[in-house]
Amino acid sequence: MSAPHSPLDVDRVRKDFPILERRLAGDHPLVYLDSANTSQKPTAVLDTLAEHYTRHNANVARAVHQLGEESTAAFEGARDKLAALIKAPSRDEVIFTKNASEALNLVAHTLASGLADDPRYRLGPGDEIVVTEMEHHSNIVPWQLAAKRTGAAFRWFGLTDDGRLDLSTIGELINERTKIVSLVHQSNSLGTVNDVATVVARAREVGALVLLDGSQSVPHQPIDVTALGVDLLAFTGHKMVGPTGIGVLWGRREVLDALPPFLGGGEMIETVAMTGSTFAPIPHKFEAGTPPIAQAIGLGAAVDYLTGIGLDRVHAHEQALTAYTLEKLNAVDGVRIIGPNSTESRGGTVSFVLDGVHPHDVGQLLDERGVAVRVGHHCARPVCVRYGIPATTRASFYLYTTFDEIDALADGLHQVKRFFG
Amino acid sequence: MSDSLYQEIILDHYKNPKGRGLREPFGGEAHHVNPTCGDEITIRVALDGEKITDVSYDGQGCSISQASASVLHELLTGSTVDDAFATERVFTELMQGRGQVEPDEDVLGDGIAFAGVAKYPARVKCALLSWMAFKDATARALAGAGPIEEETR
Repeated sequence: MSAPHSPLDVDRVRKDFPILERRLAGDHPLVYLDSANTSQKPTAVLDTLAEHYTRHNANVARAVHQLGEESTAAFEGARDKLAALIKAPSRDEVIFTKNASEALNLVAHTLASGLADDPRYRLGPGDEIVVTEMEHHSNIVPWQLAAKRTGAAFRWFGLTDDGRLDLSTIGELINERTKIVSLVHQSNSLGTVNDVATVVARAREVGALVLLDGSQSVPHQPIDVTALGVDLLAFTGHKMVGPTGIGVLWGRREVLDALPPFLGGGEMIETVAMTGSTFAPIPHKFEAGTPPIAQAIGLGAAVDYLTGIGLDRVHAHEQALTAYTLEKLNAVDGVRIIGPNSTESRGGTVSFVLDGVHPHDVGQLLDERGVAVRVGHHCARPVCVRYGIPATTRASFYLYTTFDEIDALADGLHQVKRFFG
Repeated sequence: MSDSLYQEIILDHYKNPKGRGLREPFGGEAHHVNPTCGDEITIRVALDGEKITDVSYDGQGCSISQASASVLHELLTGSTVDDAFATERVFTELMQGRGQVEPDEDVLGDGIAFAGVAKYPARVKCALLSWMAFKDATARALAGAGPIEEETR
């Protein structure tokens, strides 16, 4: 089969990512199929990080000197870029966090703290929290902890055999007792893109908040938070060609204003007295201490890079890659796709099992050919339990992934089969 | 391909495991899981005094973890507890030796095939999974035997 057409000039894109030129042990070229784990970084981002530390380094928001002003302008400029990326109504609604996990924990923790004035933002006995069986552990464990702290019930959507949310019970599952529904936009293990609109519509009927984990969607498709209709969105920088150590929580102003502070410290206060303190308005209310300055600025450069190429084109490229991958993998005898076996409502992350060969062995043998995939439960163990498998092998793509690399994966799988045959 | 990691001996034990399956009677049992990859092993140890009369096991996981259990069964069934623990120490030392430890075939038998695994830090846990479970199961078997010995004394 011949490689389908892509709207991206991938050869040119790849020149922006020096790491992709690496050759690994045995002189194999690197075939990086682990972008759902973390993406590679373009020169534009790497240069921005170096430039910041080399020329502008200073703390933000508290220095009156020139470097402090430059640093603050770059840091706050990154916030503007992030706000524009997700079409946030206000830049103040963009909170910088350490990563998506921290953003999700921020919401779970503040709802569970009982410190909100408005009872709609306080979890307690009789309330219900709803997640799904395809969540990353970072969108399961914080809610289990919140449920334990508050006495709220922890509930979840199950999955259909073909890797989608089972929405058949939505009317009962999301009900008048539901305080928050927290779900993933695109599954990191199945690749499924969820029907957010249906969940949001039901949540609206009962007045529940909706938090969307966009870690695997924001990097790969245009996002409009207002069109999605959610209340909160969490995502991370390092999966979208940005640095590690920086994530984002976006929330509607009304929601962020109502939530109590998360971490206390410098920058998040209005005034502090020994008898009590008042807090800064958003976004700084949720940004205690010196933030990851260089990382935020680097993420701003990543946003520039991605929007320069066009996330609609990135998405179209990945759709073409996914179609090609499914066709190739379905042609390998003994391969079973775990997740939707079509490109409909799914992204460029493909999990599979190979009959008779454990994913660890698949991953190890592929690695010896320079093919980097992820094996295991991908921090979403309930998905493996649901489908009765110990682990999967996962190939995940990005704007720099080529059709030749998918061929290398398929060839590698044939080798693995011969080896263990 | 994979010359240093996937030795023929390891593949043989993986494809044709020795002594696989959980058996009765047994004195102690342990179930160990590798949380990073989900590999699992259950090991049962049957003792007659100081002698290990059977090591039975079942599990699921990669070739390294499952072959290692098969080798363990072959090496330790029939030996004394002291000798088995001595062998376990030698095997653990080999696995944690980052490829710098010369394996002793007289002690480890087919276990020397795992020498290459020691060079892959991510896989050392796979090779050691059943051995850690064996230690626990034997400790439980010994603890269970303790009071009975006292009664008979």
